[in-house]
Amino acid sequence: MTASTMTPTAVKEPTAARRLLTAPAAGPFAALVLASVFFSLSTDQFLSGGNFSLILQQVMVVGTLAIGQTLIILTAGIDLACGAIMAFGGILLAKLAVNSGVPPVLAILLAIAVCGGFGLVNGLLVRLVPLPPFIVTLGMLNIAFALTHIYSDEQTVTGLPGPLTALGKTFPLGRTDVTYGSLLTVGLFLVFAYALNGTAWGRHVYALGNSAESARLSGIRVTRLTIGIYTVAGLVYGVAALLLVSRTGVGDPQAGQTENLDSITAVVLGGTSLFGGRGTVLGTFVGVLIVGVFRNGLQLMGVSSVYQTLVTGVLVILAVTVDQLSRKGTR
Amino acid sequence: MKDSAPEKKPEPVLSARGLVKRYGHVTAIDGADFELLPGEVLAVIGDNGAGKTSLIKALTGALVPDAGEIRLHGEPIRFSGPLEARRHGIETVYQDLAVAPSMDIAANMFLGREIRRAGPLGTVFRMLDKKAMRRESADYMAALQIRLGSLGQAVETLSGGQRQAVAVARAAAWARSVVVMDEPTAALGVKESAQVLDLIRRVRDKGIPVILISHNMPHVFEIADRIHVHRLGRREALIKPADYSMAEVVAIMTGALSVTADGGTVVSDDEAASAAGVRRG
Repeated sequence: MTASTMTPTAVKEPTAARRLLTAPAAGPFAALVLASVFFSLSTDQFLSGGNFSLILQQVMVVGTLAIGQTLIILTAGIDLACGAIMAFGGILLAKLAVNSGVPPVLAILLAIAVCGGFGLVNGLLVRLVPLPPFIVTLGMLNIAFALTHIYSDEQTVTGLPGPLTALGKTFPLGRTDVTYGSLLTVGLFLVFAYALNGTAWGRHVYALGNSAESARLSGIRVTRLTIGIYTVAGLVYGVAALLLVSRTGVGDPQAGQTENLDSITAVVLGGTSLFGGRGTVLGTFVGVLIVGVFRNGLQLMGVSSVYQTLVTGVLVILAVTVDQLSRKGTR
Repeated sequence: MKDSAPEKKPEPVLSARGLVKRYGHVTAIDGADFELLPGEVLAVIGDNGAGKTSLIKALTGALVPDAGEIRLHGEPIRFSGPLEARRHGIETVYQDLAVAPSMDIAANMFLGREIRRAGPLGTVFRMLDKKAMRRESADYMAALQIRLGSLGQAVETLSGGQRQAVAVARAAAWARSVVVMDEPTAALGVKESAQVLDLIRRVRDKGIPVILISHNMPHVFEIADRIHVHRLGRREALIKPADYSMAEVVAIMTGALSVTADGGTVVSDDEAASAAGVRRG
């Protein structure tokens, strides 16, 4: 395209304020702020650096899974297998390092690569057969779950070497101790926020979610893109496996059984549409924090955990309702 | 142009001879010829199932013909896919609008052809040059006199005609040789159709020939310089709208009339011609 010299009379850009108000994550962010204010007023312990650090630690595993989940949901897919893949990665990581004598760093890289392999297989099945993502990942959920239990022989792996738990260590940030894992999670969110918003790859992810056929006709290599997205999501689940192991200090075959739905919850709460093509990874971060803040705040108020789950359920339905109504408004 | 005067014909931009495409026992293209001249709007019309779509797909690389020859600027060419046709400057506006509704106008204009920032920001961090893409999109919109407000608004906030305008502007911006439009007014109201027809004229006036596939005879007669009538998998006639009535063209399309070598018509199907009201003599 060559630039012509005509003046762009027809162009007026929206103001910063308007863009902020119409940003996809504006609603979730407002909900997060309101919830935080509410809990700050309701309990004394909520508003403290230490408590926020704790919330971050509590959400970093599901938050990291939710990054991969966001990528896949943006393509109008869904990943039911993320938690199970992570659990397998965690056990693999722990057993390689503890039982097989693989150097810890190599064990970490291998486990992340294997998780990426699961994602790759998902992507190949979704794109090349092609099969619905729901079916592929439902199958992979069971496969990864079974493999985890077969490989671990139902045994929890303990006595992990230092590098595997290093991300659970803390460093002081002001007067608060923050874990390296929290920092890694936040870093990953920023990296993917940039990749989705600032690069052509990100635009292609959105285009794919809008319509795979339109994306193809626009010259996007849809097959490569789809398989790549699932593979990247798998690699991210591998990082989540490392975070999980470093947080709990063990390789646990029972881990990760509810994280698939929890990650979907976070993505939806963050304003990403399950129909694909709309949403942001920073919105997902907000969604993850909403879940974390509600769980933490209700706990501090002495509300039993069943009610925390109840509130989460209400929030999900509310979030999708708002999404539907706002989409009606724009069409 | 007087059709009777001997014209020195310019070299066709895109032409084809003897194209054949079979799917098992079904012959979608049956020895079709095609010719698009520089600076013209060529309408391609035909009954449902006549094989227009297959012909257009062959010309835009979406299907590979079994036999026959396609020439672009006089050179024989074989497209292995739509992307290769695009690389040769043939842009297509698809009927179902290949735009991404949730993305903004500028992002759609550059979808699949994004510009990256200069220097390490672009090469290492793959950073998009959003400003440049906005600016060039604005230039192109201005050149085609398309007014849409902000280029930062999502395409889904636009009306059908405005979306069509985005799709046409994108094709016109990138096309070096040909713009192909598949039923661009099919989903539009009267006023919006008129605007899109205007837009097609402006694309032609920029020097890019347009292939217009349409069912809408009034639109075809309003805008086409020539009409390619497709029937039973091949070109039945290549005519100028001024030389025939709309009813006659429809009759040629349905096989009631045939065009003779000297440009006249003969009735080839008595009953159909009577029904169409074009029986002469």
